[in-house]
Amino acid sequence: MPVRSSRFVRQGLAGVAAFVLVASAAGAATPPLSGEKAAFPPFDVATFAGQLFWLAISFGALYWLMSTIALPRMGAILDERAQAIGRDLDNAARMQAKAEETAIAYEAALAEARKNAQGIAQASRDTSAKASDARRLTVEGELAAKLAQAEATIATTKASAMTNVRSLGSDVAVAIVTKLTGQAPSATEASEAVDQVLARS
Amino acid sequence: MAAGGGIDPIHQFEITPIIGLRPFGLDLSFSNASLFMALTVAVISAIMIYGSSQRSVVPGRLQSLAEMIYEFVASTVTGVMGKEGMKFFPLVFSLFMFVLTANMLGMIPGSFTVTSHIIVTTGLAVLVISVVLIYGIMRHGSHFFGLFVPSGAPGWLIPFMVLIEVVSFASRPVSLALRLFGNMLAGHIGLKVFGGFVVMLTAQISIFTVLAPLPLMLAVALTALEFLVAFLQAYVFAILACVYLNDALHPGH
Repeated sequence: MPVRSSRFVRQGLAGVAAFVLVASAAGAATPPLSGEKAAFPPFDVATFAGQLFWLAISFGALYWLMSTIALPRMGAILDERAQAIGRDLDNAARMQAKAEETAIAYEAALAEARKNAQGIAQASRDTSAKASDARRLTVEGELAAKLAQAEATIATTKASAMTNVRSLGSDVAVAIVTKLTGQAPSATEASEAVDQVLARS
Repeated sequence: MAAGGGIDPIHQFEITPIIGLRPFGLDLSFSNASLFMALTVAVISAIMIYGSSQRSVVPGRLQSLAEMIYEFVASTVTGVMGKEGMKFFPLVFSLFMFVLTANMLGMIPGSFTVTSHIIVTTGLAVLVISVVLIYGIMRHGSHFFGLFVPSGAPGWLIPFMVLIEVVSFASRPVSLALRLFGNMLAGHIGLKVFGGFVVMLTAQISIFTVLAPLPLMLAVALTALEFLVAFLQAYVFAILACVYLNDALHPGH
């Protein structure tokens, strides 16, 4: 801030002060009009010269003190503060940008990790499913083999039972025919007849 | 106020020499007025120079006060005159602080009010108007006198307009000086008169003594008002100085 006044203004001030002082001193040199009674103090011309003289000195001193010491210093302090605040704000903005970058990177890393985790989970699910499938298949195979074996056993048992039934049937048929006709059929005829009946059923 | 004058409301304005000084037949004695002028300068210097001596980025109490005053006056100056007006900032600042501090010191009972003397306010007003004239003429030359010629007036009206403008310009220092002087004088007389009523009513116990609290309350209210006036008149003085100095910077009408 350009608080320092130009040299011209300062010289002008000094000149004005001198002018005011001299002009009023000339006026004050003439004796007061009323004379006998003391005038109302603010209008007492006798005091004008002294008042102006000391006003010029004190106001001049004040102006000098303010314009050369106090105001430039205050301006410098305020400038410095404005700069410090600006610098801090810049730093804060930079920090914030960095923090945002970090947050974005973190998000990306998190997303990737999640994807990886999903892949791993899927793979492990797949392998375990495969393994359990394989185990199931073997178990099923074993069961099927056992089943086939059992079926085979049942079939042989059934076949032997059937032959027993046939021989029993032919024996019964021979006995019945013998009883009815009194004539015993040959074993082959009886067994053929039984076979025919069995084939029909 | 209290100094021996009883209830004479004028006594507070009397000037009494402290150190006699009479060169060339002029009475330049160091009086109570001079003492309070010096005191004013000392108080301002204490606030502004001692207050800013720490130069701390985080201000203390006194530095905060100094900064507040600085920024208040700076915003007034730039508000009226723009950035260019900062070359008059030391002048306006000194005027504002001198008047404000002198007014405030005057509010201390028994003290002397520098600004209640017409010659002091006239000196300050003449200073302002002289700076306006000298700076305006040196900066703009004869163009400065365009201030007195309003643009767009019909030709036959120009002399009247110039006359009016000159009179209004000439009355500026008068109004500037009288406004401050009148306010301070009247305020202090008023305070003294109401204070005097209290003293009169209570000096002899009578039936009227019961009325004494009334002027006392008025004196209290008036004191508050006078503090407001003390600040306001300093502000008015400073802002009018800004307005007039602005004419020196930008004399275009």
